[in-house]
Amino acid sequence: MGKQLMKGNEAIAEAAVRAGCKFFAGYPITPQSEILEYLSWRLPQADGVFVQSESEIAGISMVYGAAASGFRTMTSSSGPGYSLLQEGISYIASAELPCLIVNVMRYGSGLGDIFVGQSDYWQAVKNGGHGDYRSIVYAPASVQETAELVISGFDTAEKYRNPVTILSDASIGQMMEPVELPAMKEHDPDKFQWSLKGKGDGEFRRVTSVMYFQENYDDYIASKYKKIEENEQLWEEFQTEDAEIVLVSYGISSRICEEAVSMARKDGLKVGLIRPISLYPFPVKAFEKLNNVKSFISVEMTALAQMAEDVALACKMKNPVYSLGGGMVIYEASDVYAKINEVIEGNAKEVF
Amino acid sequence: MIKKKPAACFVDNKYCPGCGHGTVNRLVGEVLEEMGVDKDAIGAIAVGCSSLMPETFAIDCIQAQHGRAAAVAVGIKRCRPDKTVFSYQGDGDALAIGFSETMYAAIRNENITVIFVNNGNFGMTGGQMAPTTLEGQKTTTSPYGRDIGTTGHPLNVIQMMENLNVAYLARGSVSNNRNIMKTKEYIRNAFEAQQNNEGYSFVEILSPCPTNWGMDPLKAMEHIENNVIKTYELGEFVKRGEKNA
Repeated sequence: MGKQLMKGNEAIAEAAVRAGCKFFAGYPITPQSEILEYLSWRLPQADGVFVQSESEIAGISMVYGAAASGFRTMTSSSGPGYSLLQEGISYIASAELPCLIVNVMRYGSGLGDIFVGQSDYWQAVKNGGHGDYRSIVYAPASVQETAELVISGFDTAEKYRNPVTILSDASIGQMMEPVELPAMKEHDPDKFQWSLKGKGDGEFRRVTSVMYFQENYDDYIASKYKKIEENEQLWEEFQTEDAEIVLVSYGISSRICEEAVSMARKDGLKVGLIRPISLYPFPVKAFEKLNNVKSFISVEMTALAQMAEDVALACKMKNPVYSLGGGMVIYEASDVYAKINEVIEGNAKEVF
Repeated sequence: MIKKKPAACFVDNKYCPGCGHGTVNRLVGEVLEEMGVDKDAIGAIAVGCSSLMPETFAIDCIQAQHGRAAAVAVGIKRCRPDKTVFSYQGDGDALAIGFSETMYAAIRNENITVIFVNNGNFGMTGGQMAPTTLEGQKTTTSPYGRDIGTTGHPLNVIQMMENLNVAYLARGSVSNNRNIMKTKEYIRNAFEAQQNNEGYSFVEILSPCPTNWGMDPLKAMEHIENNVIKTYELGEFVKRGEKNA
């Protein structure tokens, strides 16, 4: 099958259908509404169910029930709506169910605005819900990668029985790019021993927090997430081998950083880029390999330099960490280059 | 006549002495077993006192978030339409925090059965005022008696649902043997409506909370007979299958 031109949000929806997703419940909010619109006609065609729920809270609750039934299931939202999903995400994580959550980020807290931004980093990566859990978080930087992460996201969610979040943003969600989609996959909801289907002649099942029946729960849950951290780090490197200044950037802003690295290299500056693809687990392994680095610049569209904290942790605070922050606008490569020069000249202020 | 305890209730319940939940649990278990669907049934169980139900109930169950049991049940039923899916919820759960989820499941006429136990307060958290608390009733958050001037009237959800396109609405009580047997019939009718794909079925059950009402179990039953029923009338209010017959 050849490539087709698709919007990022539509690619999410179509990729989910092809991954065998049979249930979607969600609520309209810009800039992710195309996901609902697409699935409202596409899912019934693929023998699935689409529900426009009365709220995000109801939507994620339906997803909780559907996931407990063993089905591949998802919801999507943005900003304020993503806040409302957190209650259900915490329950889904505590019951160890797989599902896919999409947050097509908009900028700002409160109502915020529909402009592009990356200010949901803390909520998505550090957990917006209560308790000891983590959501596995993927940040695509292109429409093609969005589709691929949706497909592999369902597999990873099932592998660890844990929610997976696709942290997209307004620009990746709204832009059109060529994308190659895989063939349709069937998912058998009865293959899991734990899925609710009526007890039949066997033992009845309970879907509830594993805390209630797991011996040594603390150790169990700590080792589960340790395993995820060891095995599921994803990143891309760009000219980092000899780099003295390493940009760290994800999603849409990473694409501008690539251009900035090329500009800097042309001028003989040793600049590289680490692009985290998994934000949880954060790709600390990428930092362990760096030998020549003198400083890091976290380039992200937030006012509070949210990811910069993880960059500081990843380099164990051995190097100064700078930030190019701000939101609602995508930087020009020249802005990033200017920041690189500022750091070289010693005029930039460290975040850590 | 000695009745055998249904296998669906595999251990004795853990509710307070005189609580109505134990009776309602058993009725649900008996009905599902008699209909032959207990092996195919899936329950979405609310928090609060309802959350004790899975400890006694040998049927596939999921623990829903506070207020969201109806939406969780919808997620299950839409994926597995051939299963018998119900939610089991109290009044704080279904009518306060989960009012939206409760009403929208009814508005969409989802083919699920809601078992709604109304004991007029938040039992598990220590007897606070609920939407169903009677006028003048003292609770830990209405210490002077519920003042409808500031809290609104006790919420009669069946009255609200009567105008919706739902399959079955009934209100029973567990205050005496006759009412218990009637309630069982309502629960059966509700599950039958689901089996017949008629849509949303809802059974409200007036139930005593002796612990938080500060009454002994017998007084609590009398209180339902003498007072609660005046606000919450018993009977079948919508029975679509029959209407259409």
